[in-house]
Amino acid sequence: MNEISQQLVNGLALGAVYALIAIGYTMVYGVLRFINFAHGDVFMLGSFTGYYLAPQIAKWFPIPGWGGWVMVMAATMIVCAIIGIVIELLAYRPLRDRPKLTVLITAIGVSLLIEYTCQHKAFFGASQKAFPQLLPTGNFTIGGLSFNSTQFVVLSVTLVLLVALTFIVKKTRIGMAMRAVSHNSAAASLMGISNSFIISFTFGLGSALAGAGGVLYGMTYTGIDPLMGVNVGLKAFVAAVLGGIGNLPGAALGGLVLGVVETFAGGMSGVSTYRDGIAFAILIIILIFKPTGLLGSKQIEKV
Amino acid sequence: MPPIFKDPRLQLVAAILIAVIAGLGADQMNSYYRDVVIDIGIAIILAVSLNLINGHTGQFSLGHAGFMSVGAYISAMTTLALQKSMGIDILPWLFLPALIAGGLVAALAGLLVGVPSLRLRGDYLAIVTLGFGEIIRVIFQNVEAAGGASGLSGVPKLSGLAWTFGLAAVTVYVVGCLVKSTYGRGFIAVHDDEVAASSMGLNPTRYKVTAFVIGAFFAGIAGGLYSHHKTFISPQGFDFMKSFEVVVMVILGGMGRTGGVIVAAVVLTLLSEQLRSAAELRMILYALLIIVLMIARPQGLFNFERKRKPRTPVNS
Repeated sequence: MNEISQQLVNGLALGAVYALIAIGYTMVYGVLRFINFAHGDVFMLGSFTGYYLAPQIAKWFPIPGWGGWVMVMAATMIVCAIIGIVIELLAYRPLRDRPKLTVLITAIGVSLLIEYTCQHKAFFGASQKAFPQLLPTGNFTIGGLSFNSTQFVVLSVTLVLLVALTFIVKKTRIGMAMRAVSHNSAAASLMGISNSFIISFTFGLGSALAGAGGVLYGMTYTGIDPLMGVNVGLKAFVAAVLGGIGNLPGAALGGLVLGVVETFAGGMSGVSTYRDGIAFAILIIILIFKPTGLLGSKQIEKV
Repeated sequence: MPPIFKDPRLQLVAAILIAVIAGLGADQMNSYYRDVVIDIGIAIILAVSLNLINGHTGQFSLGHAGFMSVGAYISAMTTLALQKSMGIDILPWLFLPALIAGGLVAALAGLLVGVPSLRLRGDYLAIVTLGFGEIIRVIFQNVEAAGGASGLSGVPKLSGLAWTFGLAAVTVYVVGCLVKSTYGRGFIAVHDDEVAASSMGLNPTRYKVTAFVIGAFFAGIAGGLYSHHKTFISPQGFDFMKSFEVVVMVILGGMGRTGGVIVAAVVLTLLSEQLRSAAELRMILYALLIIVLMIARPQGLFNFERKRKPRTPVNS
């Protein structure tokens, strides 16, 4: 029993990272209707931003420590937001009115460009790096369950970010504009909403969350490398589809479900070697039986 | 050209004859160059077969390496088993059945992917095929009979010039004639407009699945040639990057242009051979090439057909 709850906590912590990235996929899909393949690499860049910024920030704020950690998180989120906006500006904006397939191929190109440039020895190098410790860690027990303090931080930060995101999307003017563009971009632009600005903002917001996910991932798993975004990104995409693409709570739910399922499968003997295939098996099953996802609503395609 | 030379069947026979004669002369060739030429032949089969799915039918598949790996493993396991039971002498004659067995199992895999594709479009399908390729890789990594993660070694070296280019000619012939046939026009109709195609009485699902099955079959053949050329295969060799290389060939050549795709397969194979010492640089170059191409010349680098002018509306 205890072991099961323990695995549940591990799964939720992994799922929280998936959720943060999945939201970026879902938001971009909402406004542009295409899968931003490079999103997983923004997550990777977030990890590396944290890795390189931490020693700099440590000059002013003690690391490991709460002040320094908050600064690293905030700086990484800002850097990633800028990266996301620049990617959209350079690669996707010139293709705004082209067929979706063209944009998709470009996105794959951007993703590979980031991965292989970062792997080059002039940049990060291909070897795995150890993520610095940002917070004092310890274990504590609640009701017989032992928590790792990092997992606790990961889950609470994810929760806070999700609440903040929901607030932005539901309660602010710019959030309303995002929803309008997602609903009908042509009508939104007739109402005086600048589509380009909203798309940039969406990319910035999603990339900031991916950057936060990158730092949290680094804190939990400590090893980071330039190709870490590939698998995590693909799984986060599966999570977004699982929850219903275009649906924000769905992406969060899908991420948590996927994290838990994967962690349990990884713990089972006989299944554990197939762990990396499980996400894709879930994806295929969900696309065959319920393509709108767990929380998605059915859309009728008009000609 | 006199009309008799335009008959595709004659062209096929001529191409196979040339391949066989070239294969007889290949023993005098420098073995390094011969290997590169065989690589080119395999790349042509892969690119032309993917072109049927991605180019002519417009279904974006990112799992071609998955089909290739099925063919590579099945045919390699078949020849290894035959070698064990029958001795080495008869092997060259059993190479073709082994290749076809690999192709057929790959076609079965293509059917399995094609069936979900009937509900999916565009980017979803791309992800599913990508995921499918990964699942195949994970399975081969775990099957002991296929050598597990360490791969399969000691595969007899049977793929010569004659086999490779003979089969490449067959691939080009089958795909080319299929697309030009009355039935095959349906692939292009599905590519251009699915809704319009189905309202004209075509069944888009059937065309999509057919494209996947045929494309996967030839990818399986290419995989069989590959495993009997390299004599060693491992699951890592058939990852997403391998699929992407083939996709780059198809895009570079111009989707749905068989001639351009063949040129792209030749050029890219030679290019990657030249850049062998700087493998990381090669992928950076590929990625940049794709991005620039999509923005500046989406119809493909080797596609010289002039763009059709958009019809101007009368009152505007």
